[in-house]
Amino acid sequence: MLADKDRIFTNIYGWGDAGLKGAQARGDWDNTKAILARGHDDIVEEMKTSGLRGRGGAGFPTGLKWSFMPKEVGARPHYLVVNADESEPGTCKDRDIIRHEPHKLIEGCLVAGFAMRAHAAYIYIRGEFFNEGKVLQAAIDEAYDAGLLGKNAAGSGWDFDVYLQRGAGAYICGEETALIESLEGKKGQPRLKPPFPAGVGLYGCPTTVNNVESIAVAPTILRRGGAWFAGLGKENNTGTKLFCISGHVNKPCNVEEEMGIPLKELIEKHAGGVRGGWDNLLAIIPGGSSTPLMPKEVCETMTMDFDALREAGTGLGTAGIIVMDKSTDIVRAIARLSYFYKHESCGQCTPCREGTGWMWRMMDRMVRGEAEIHEIETLEQVTRQVEGHTICALGDAAAWPIQGLIKHFRPEIERRIMAHQAVTNAAE
Amino acid sequence: MSIQTIIAEDQPDSFAFTRESEKEIKKAISKYPEGRQASAVKSLLYIAQKQNDNWIPVKAIEEIAKRLDMAEMRVLEVASFYSMFNLKPVGKYYLQACGTTPCMLRGSDDVMRCIKDKLDISSGETSACGKFSLLEVECLGACVNAPILQVNDDFYEDLDYQSTKALLEALEADAPPPVGSVAGRQGSEAEGGATTLKTAKRSKKKG
Repeated sequence: MLADKDRIFTNIYGWGDAGLKGAQARGDWDNTKAILARGHDDIVEEMKTSGLRGRGGAGFPTGLKWSFMPKEVGARPHYLVVNADESEPGTCKDRDIIRHEPHKLIEGCLVAGFAMRAHAAYIYIRGEFFNEGKVLQAAIDEAYDAGLLGKNAAGSGWDFDVYLQRGAGAYICGEETALIESLEGKKGQPRLKPPFPAGVGLYGCPTTVNNVESIAVAPTILRRGGAWFAGLGKENNTGTKLFCISGHVNKPCNVEEEMGIPLKELIEKHAGGVRGGWDNLLAIIPGGSSTPLMPKEVCETMTMDFDALREAGTGLGTAGIIVMDKSTDIVRAIARLSYFYKHESCGQCTPCREGTGWMWRMMDRMVRGEAEIHEIETLEQVTRQVEGHTICALGDAAAWPIQGLIKHFRPEIERRIMAHQAVTNAAE
Repeated sequence: MSIQTIIAEDQPDSFAFTRESEKEIKKAISKYPEGRQASAVKSLLYIAQKQNDNWIPVKAIEEIAKRLDMAEMRVLEVASFYSMFNLKPVGKYYLQACGTTPCMLRGSDDVMRCIKDKLDISSGETSACGKFSLLEVECLGACVNAPILQVNDDFYEDLDYQSTKALLEALEADAPPPVGSVAGRQGSEAEGGATTLKTAKRSKKKG
């Protein structure tokens, strides 16, 4: 188990003061000026050394992402955009950072923004996090009053502003280019890439979009050193991570642990175990709703990191772990996700707009068994037609849970179809 | 869904921002570079919604378009794209029940059933007394405290049938209980106390 001294988020449960005083007592804003004095490129290098991979789901190396920003600032200013539009089912870690550790995020904005030569950061928070947004805005105001933001931020000689914008209920705005569109005051519909945001982002200017957790861990990494962070976890999957454990466990919770921790250990140690015991486990969605589920036998030895999960045909995603015990109606659980994606499709690309509705209607019939056996194959085929054929990854995300279900639970789908047929045949 | 079904039929003849709202509008627009004032469109929609009993009339959309130098259609597009803008009136207590899988696994069906039993409304409807509206929404992002019911701006967490009933009764009496976990958990820590941070001090009381 990760030692308390290696935990980054020491107020994640909100036991202490989320305000500036409390944050400073926990080590935030401690000589931030000295971090900035190291220079833009040194900070990026240190982040590369840490091996931090983006905590929003894709797992792209954070330091490398920052290095894509132009080295010279031209006529167009640089922007840092923080993705606080946390909406991936199963995920609720950024919410805790925002409401209980807002100063880690704000200080992170300054160091990350400085590293990429930006003078402004926009934090885009999901609209439903109204109370969390109030806490964050109060923390931003406090930081301005204390001279940590604004002109000559934290005495560094670098001017830096942080602004908060509220979303208004659209999962798609968690996609970085949709988020940028939304920031500009439009519908949240993803842009084609390239051009990538580092070239043409917010207002057509060089922009980097990072997840809340990725930004919030940066100050601690820079204080304690990239080598410290890289010494935790596994190779290529370094550091600590906030895990969200929901569903059929005895004690659902968020917890910061080392990357690569065995899934079984994580659940038994921190979440009170699977309801009814480990043997009552049916399946687990390991990284938010978009990642395919794993049946119990795969969960048995699985470790929670990007590479191990990818090898198993799923992903770490946001580390939102959804546990399902044997009482679960597994077809309905996945069908409900299909409904989610249908609801959240922005409507821009035809395969996604039409496909998500199509897949949901078919899944809805599968729940009741109102289908023919061969339609399972048709459904699988449709998911392949959607996957990879859309501008953003929402189409993929809608396809994968169904593919996972068919791969591991085809007999259950067939059983329902046959049971339904038996009933209708008997009635005739 | 056609636009007629989401926009109220009865519309007020005029809309004007209050002085209080004007202050907020100024602040909202000041966050963005010159010429990028359209970035404040969601803020202005929220301000209008707050001022107007939690819904946005067409006249407000026209006014916002003028303020931000946007085409009215662009503002309407935004207002109808995002699920949190109400283009027709809702009850005093706007209930948004999460039904996505993590909440479903923890009993969101019971929450919905309780609302149906108590208020006789389904998703998209307003109660006969006009005080409550219900919408089934997608993931609210508080999954380890599932199931969640959002009441206006506040989350009520760790609900079941009985606690939902108690919550609705409290709202009927206009005495909303404290926001957060109804089971008395603090934040997202495990029930009965967190397994980590043994050395950290608990300076705040639970609840």
